[in-house]
Amino acid sequence: MNEKSLTVYSPSSPAGSMQATVRRLGWFSIGLGLLEILAPRATAWRVGLPGRQGLVATFGAREIGNGVGILMSKDPTPWIWARLAGDVLDIATLATGDNRRRSTNMVALAAVGGVTLIDAMCAHWLTTFHARRSQPVPDYSDRSGFPKSAEAMRGAARQRIPA
Amino acid sequence: MRALRWHGREDIRCDTVPDPIIEHSRDAIIKVSSCAICGSDLHLYDGFVPGMRSGDIMGHEFMGEVMEVGAENKRLKVGDRVVVPFTIICGECDQCRRGNYSVCEQTNRNKKLAETVFGHTTAGLFGYTHLTGGYPGGQADFVRVPYADASCVKVPSDLTDDQVLFLGDIFPTGWQAAVYCDIEPTDTVAIWGAGPVGQFAVRSAILLGARQVVCIDHVPERLAMARAGGAITIDFDEESVLERLNDLTAGKGPDKCIDAVGLEAHASRSIDSLYDRAKQAMMLESDRAHVLREMIYVCRPAGIISIPGVYGGLVDKIPLGALMNKGLTVRSGQTHVNRWTDDLMRRIEERQIDPSFVITHRVSLEEGPMMYKVFREKQDGCIKVVMSP
Repeated sequence: MNEKSLTVYSPSSPAGSMQATVRRLGWFSIGLGLLEILAPRATAWRVGLPGRQGLVATFGAREIGNGVGILMSKDPTPWIWARLAGDVLDIATLATGDNRRRSTNMVALAAVGGVTLIDAMCAHWLTTFHARRSQPVPDYSDRSGFPKSAEAMRGAARQRIPA
Repeated sequence: MRALRWHGREDIRCDTVPDPIIEHSRDAIIKVSSCAICGSDLHLYDGFVPGMRSGDIMGHEFMGEVMEVGAENKRLKVGDRVVVPFTIICGECDQCRRGNYSVCEQTNRNKKLAETVFGHTTAGLFGYTHLTGGYPGGQADFVRVPYADASCVKVPSDLTDDQVLFLGDIFPTGWQAAVYCDIEPTDTVAIWGAGPVGQFAVRSAILLGARQVVCIDHVPERLAMARAGGAITIDFDEESVLERLNDLTAGKGPDKCIDAVGLEAHASRSIDSLYDRAKQAMMLESDRAHVLREMIYVCRPAGIISIPGVYGGLVDKIPLGALMNKGLTVRSGQTHVNRWTDDLMRRIEERQIDPSFVITHRVSLEEGPMMYKVFREKQDGCIKVVMSP
């Protein structure tokens, strides 16, 4: 028994909530992407980019790709960084919006700004999390629970136990 | 007294609550000396099990010293050291007499609720949903044990808490899962999940003589512990479970399969698990059944599927055609703990196995809420948390 590993303890981190957030971002990407592809004209109008439905549909495809990447990959870190890069692109595009629809354009900018903040937090956390995971894990290779080797114990319960 | 109480999803707190009192003449009050967080506690923590109420005291793995006994309780006396099985049994009903303790017909005080959801009642359980009686659990300084004369297991003085604590749940659970497999010396037994129950299932299958025991997970330290117990391991993040199992069995598939995962399968890269997640998010499905589907698909025809992993409600897309046409036998259920405790206690006394191998973290009761999170996230190499009130 490794006594040292028995006493190893460190306070919990926000890993759970952040992992859940990452997955929610994946689903959010897919949902937003579907909206942008299925209703590009209406979406473009609502965010203050009237007439730029082609661009919006392209962004939709990017969102879906990001979302699938986040949900399907073992390590979503690069996909979250890709989302962050996409956020920057979105903000730059929205900043060139139609002045006649300035109020809706500003709402869209604020929403993207909020999501960008979450993406940045997740990207930072995932990067540090995986750096931490690359550190050695506790060694439990001596924890068989058996008095002899596992091979020697194979079938021991089939034998009669001494009274 | 102090107790860990459920206040909602991911919200466990160490609260001060009134001490329990004798309510029935067969009761006993136990001063808890050791208690543990079980994998199935995490299903409550994550909010997957219906019927929880804010303020419920958690915990169904505990042991301690008898402080007080009811007038009719002639089997226990003050000062006895006991392990308390997580299933509350009367010892008198038809099912108890048959040894089917986890479906005791008397101890669930919310029978009607259970009958509505499950068709019939099951036994009362400590620290679990109100579907199973809503009895206050053992992650506390003291606990009231109903029907204590029937269920409590007395502990010899020469055995430590660490050696016997798990007789209340995970050791017999892993053991029952392996026994249900009717293991033959030629068998390959595949076990999904290298958590605490999976670890005991590995060792039980070895002790019962399986030729080959394979354990599937993706947490490195858990796989290392499974290998220490004699298993061949498969990291499902690194390789195909189906291909590797077929390689290990000359294409025939494992003879026996054990699901030590249950309703929160964490495989995330398969299409069916994404499907489960989506349906769960839309509240169209309660449990994620990836492991069940994989077991049914890969199990050798005429094989046995044993399910100690907890499921709570409804699942979708179970390949019943494969199950039926391959002639698979399914055995499942909460553990009939008292059916196995005498035998397993003897094995511990004979030093055939020391269950304390699985303990990785020891903390105080106050640190319990934080450890739920550490355990759920598998942080810090956490496999089994033991708390000392």
